[in-house]
Amino acid sequence: MSQTVASQTEYNYKVVRQFAIMTVIWGIVGMGVGVFIAAQLAWPALNFDIPWLTYSRLRPLHTNAVIFAFGTSALFATSYYVVQRTCQTRLFSDKLASFTFWGWQAIIVAAAITLPLGITSSKEYAELEWPIDIAIAVVWVTYAVVFFGTLINRKVSHIYVANWFYAGFIITVAVLHIVNSMAVPVSLTKSYSIYAGAVDAMVQWWYGHNAVGFLLTAGFLGMMYYFVPKQAGRPVYSYRLSVVHFWALVSLYIWAGPHHLHYTALPDWTQSLGMVMSVILFVPSWGGMINGIMTLSGAWHKLRTDPVLRFLVVSLSFYGMSTFEGPMMAIKSVNALSHYTDWTVGHVHSGALGWVAMISIGAIYHLIPALFGHANMYSVKLVNTHFWLHTVGVVLYIVAMWISGVMQGLMWRAVNSDGTLMYSFVQSLEASYPFYVMRFLGGVFIVVGMLVMAYNVFRTVTAKSGSLATDANTQMA
Amino acid sequence: MDYGTYRGILTLVILVLFIVIVVWAYSKRTKGRFDDAAKAIFDDEIKHDNTISKEEKESEK
Ligand code: HEM
Ligand SMILES: [Fe+2]
Repeated sequence: MSQTVASQTEYNYKVVRQFAIMTVIWGIVGMGVGVFIAAQLAWPALNFDIPWLTYSRLRPLHTNAVIFAFGTSALFATSYYVVQRTCQTRLFSDKLASFTFWGWQAIIVAAAITLPLGITSSKEYAELEWPIDIAIAVVWVTYAVVFFGTLINRKVSHIYVANWFYAGFIITVAVLHIVNSMAVPVSLTKSYSIYAGAVDAMVQWWYGHNAVGFLLTAGFLGMMYYFVPKQAGRPVYSYRLSVVHFWALVSLYIWAGPHHLHYTALPDWTQSLGMVMSVILFVPSWGGMINGIMTLSGAWHKLRTDPVLRFLVVSLSFYGMSTFEGPMMAIKSVNALSHYTDWTVGHVHSGALGWVAMISIGAIYHLIPALFGHANMYSVKLVNTHFWLHTVGVVLYIVAMWISGVMQGLMWRAVNSDGTLMYSFVQSLEASYPFYVMRFLGGVFIVVGMLVMAYNVFRTVTAKSGSLATDANTQMA
Repeated sequence: MDYGTYRGILTLVILVLFIVIVVWAYSKRTKGRFDDAAKAIFDDEIKHDNTISKEEKESEK
């Protein structure tokens, strides 16, 4: 009898474990597909003339897998963990939480089947067709119910700042997804957006940009505000700054979307507004980054011995880099050079592989031992190995894309004295080949790192509880 | 009111709101509360340990 009563007062870690493990698995799948399509760009014959393996179908599979399977599983796992621990109460409903897990996995599988079949609405980052879109809306609203229900049931008076970021992320993604996915179905697998022309473009990039701002940024900032202080063993540098950071970020991000549509049919004033707001966005972004990094002040030495902390802190450096680069690329004259080139791809991946992936990996390395009753991962040395594999991979990737991108931009705009183009498109493509090979290599480093992680996680999860605390393996790397 | 004026006023309102938030966040009144909030993430270790040890007991059964 007392058992059932007690179970209500403890935390629900089952769903956190499920999402944490799936984060690692989907990470390998999503990044693996990324490496494959990187290889296709270097060696196009790799599509083997099989329609399901063409680049056009696998690219959206990659983006959906890393953003919605890997990244979003990490957000589910950490938000369910953080909201329980900081509210000191159990999740609002075990059944609904379990529904979000199985529902989300089903959606991922549906995506993995339909995208290679060529079933797509062709809106970037929103390719999934309408039946899956409806399923996403249902699961997402359930997620909101579980999260906000838990906040309401909290046993403490104050709502810790990490939850504000998670809450902002959950609400905004619901609104973005529902508005952008509005469509008229013509069959089970085909629909047409209700928006047309310039409005369609604006709605699409209002969605795309704010998905970056709230899913790939605010959500992971929630992660940052819990796991960085927790892993460093000291409270966040400035709680006041974190409050200002939250309000400034959420009120500014919404306005910057037009930087994805410079020099298009969008009205000029909208482009200029988007540019100005993007430049201003630099300020709260760096405020948050500094707040995270300065949390280590007085404890810098821990970086030398703790690779998990290193993942978390280096992710913040990449966040700082992307949020410096982004505002710069949003300036129209810079965008005239960078737009449509590999520079954008480099920017994306310093954000996605540097910031999003590294903060998630750090958080998972913190979570796995905590969830399975261990003091440490099976091997801290292997965490360190993973850190270096990942870092080298990301640097290879973004340096390759920077060079390739700037080169493309310069070649495309070069004109002879009579006004004709100096280079054909194919010439610029040929010049990019070496950098596509370099990116492929970077990707291989990253996926090998993820496989090392999977092994380490497997050994930790299957180890006898308590057996890892003083194991020789866990000696500092 | 034309669109430009409307936007101008809206910008002003948001600017004032922002200043209010900054002044509030950095006021003396919030200091103690915010310091406590920042430290609160270290307060629930017992509940965490209970969750883990209880699950272990259950799985041994
Ligand atoms: C202050 C913050 C940021 C600003 C102002 C910014 C600005 C920009 C700009 C100007 C572009 C290029 C648009 C184009 O020419 O097509 C872009 C693309 C992109 N950025 Fe950022 N960025 C920021 C931070 C980030 C972060 C942190 C991430 C990832 C976590 C990110 C992910 C992306 C993605 C995915 C795209 C590609 C969109 C596409 O598919 O074309 N950005 N960003
Ligand atoms: Fe953007």
